[in-house]
Amino acid sequence: MALAWRASLKIWRQSPAGGRTYSIDRCFCCFCFGRDSQNVKEAPRPLLLAGIIHRMPTHGVKTLPMLDREEHRFFRQKAFEIRKSILEMVYKARSGHVGGSLGSADLVVALYYYLMRHNPSEPEWPDRDRFILSKGHCTPVIYAVLADCGYFPREGLNHFRRPGSHLQGHPYEPGTPGIDASTGTLGLGISTGVGMALAAKLQSRSHYVYILCGDGEIQEGQVWEAALFGNKYHLDNVIAFVDRNYLQTDGNSEQVMPLDPLASKWEAFGWRTYEIEGHNFDQIVSTVEQAKQLKGKPTMIIARTIKGKGVSFMENEVSWHGTPPNQEQFERAIKELTLAD
Amino acid sequence: MQTKRTRQGFADGLMELARENQRVVVLDCDVSKATQTCDFQRLFPQRFFNCGVQEANMMSVAAGLALEGFIPFATTFGVFASCRAGDQVRNSIAYPKVNVKIAATHCGISTGGDGASHQANEDIAIMRSFPNMTILVPGDYEEAKLATKAAAAFNGPVYLRLGRDAYPVIAEIHHGFEIGKAKLLREGRDITLITTGIMVSEGLKAAEMLKEKNYSARVIHMPTLKPLDSEAVLQAGRETRRVVTAEEHSIIGGLGEAVAGLLSETIPTPVRRVGVKDVFGESGMASELLDKYGLRAINIYQEALRLLKES
Repeated sequence: MALAWRASLKIWRQSPAGGRTYSIDRCFCCFCFGRDSQNVKEAPRPLLLAGIIHRMPTHGVKTLPMLDREEHRFFRQKAFEIRKSILEMVYKARSGHVGGSLGSADLVVALYYYLMRHNPSEPEWPDRDRFILSKGHCTPVIYAVLADCGYFPREGLNHFRRPGSHLQGHPYEPGTPGIDASTGTLGLGISTGVGMALAAKLQSRSHYVYILCGDGEIQEGQVWEAALFGNKYHLDNVIAFVDRNYLQTDGNSEQVMPLDPLASKWEAFGWRTYEIEGHNFDQIVSTVEQAKQLKGKPTMIIARTIKGKGVSFMENEVSWHGTPPNQEQFERAIKELTLAD
Repeated sequence: MQTKRTRQGFADGLMELARENQRVVVLDCDVSKATQTCDFQRLFPQRFFNCGVQEANMMSVAAGLALEGFIPFATTFGVFASCRAGDQVRNSIAYPKVNVKIAATHCGISTGGDGASHQANEDIAIMRSFPNMTILVPGDYEEAKLATKAAAAFNGPVYLRLGRDAYPVIAEIHHGFEIGKAKLLREGRDITLITTGIMVSEGLKAAEMLKEKNYSARVIHMPTLKPLDSEAVLQAGRETRRVVTAEEHSIIGGLGEAVAGLLSETIPTPVRRVGVKDVFGESGMASELLDKYGLRAINIYQEALRLLKES
């Protein structure tokens, strides 16, 4: 099945000349090098080096320059604000997961400020798109975004991880407006997500369920149980992401427990799979828009990201997985972000 | 004595529910013939989801369905529901207090031939320790039916504990099922026998045996283990001053400990626990295992006599 759809998929590539796009028969990403795209599964997947991640062309994705300059500016500004909030929250709490939160900020920003249909004044709106943070430890990013959208007062962020706060270390659905499902132990979120997507099908609702998984997380067997389930019930209203930063608590994911070739694993499980650059808003937006057009299968978007993105000394540093910055580090990080902005 | 399966009572209750309530859906893990949800599947195929052999995923999927307004019954064997999927039950269901009904069949040592790996003797202990969890342990076919309906009407996580074998039908427990309420089956002054699940018939028999010795034994059936009907327990402790509990479960973490804990903190009362000792079971016929592991009227009777003679 995976081969069949791949053969029929039109593959697009951005023209080197600029805005124009054209259709090609082959994928020219650094894995395929223009070879027959049916051989993609067998193509070698070298370990990504930090420096080249952001330059990597997209594998098999129609990349359209959909966002205009104004939108780009908006996204950059939002991502800056969210990253700043993340750092402030974790610094104040003296506890929390800063690396993965910074790394996935662009994905969450693209979802909440562009792609998702939601209404902060009505968090329980039945037709809203759902978002499930399956990598539940990255609450700083979702809390920052929810507060910014107006789901709860920004002041609440000051009490993150404090007793009595509604902002728990891991998402707690009954406690926090805008949180759609409780997660925490890894693997729960994607299962809950496919359950919610099944419910949407049963209720003939047209919303989407977005799920954000970590790459370390998908070593959990439950994730693959959910993958089988999503395939069985043709849950094309599921659009999931893997925050592919190649780092987990104990080190490089390919050393702790290898996941590559990851895309072909998901394809083999019957999910329509894309590999994109997770800090490129054009790619995030166009891939999701494309995923929405295609019916019959759930979608997995493997988004290559840089853990700790935006703060030089945190980028690709596994030690920043769950360590809060001290005062000097915090000030340096904020300064760096501000300068970059 | 007529015997019937509690799991069949659950399945029949489910069918009645499904006719009344469109929101009732059933999830199963490749054991629908054993849990008897296959009948539901036949009549309501659109509301039946076979998850294959993946209990962990099923629990979280059920949570997702419940969050969207459905009343999912997640069904599998007790040992899988509590041990294999314990994390999912805790974090996807109990913690956020999601409206999922976990219907676990093949609980207790009477599961029989499959042996210790399949005999859930610790499931109540696990579920009791999760905040927000309601635990129902019906005593026979009819009560299982009532408990199934009560679970669906209740808003919150429920663990419904069912057996595999056919157990005696006890007419006394066929009315007035209410979550959190004990059933007083027999008045007595000298001692109270508190039973749960299928031990109700053994408790009644033990009371008869005690009567022959001129002891008046009160019998309380406890179909809800959590929240425990503390009023009934405390009253029994106050009035009869001796209590024997009986459960088809480990004596660790089940009814016995719940009752003993409550009494010792309030009105210290001698309590004896009849149940599976701190051992794993083995293969055998249900009746053989109930005999061998001391889950019979005679065992309750002996514990009661000892207590009566001591104090």
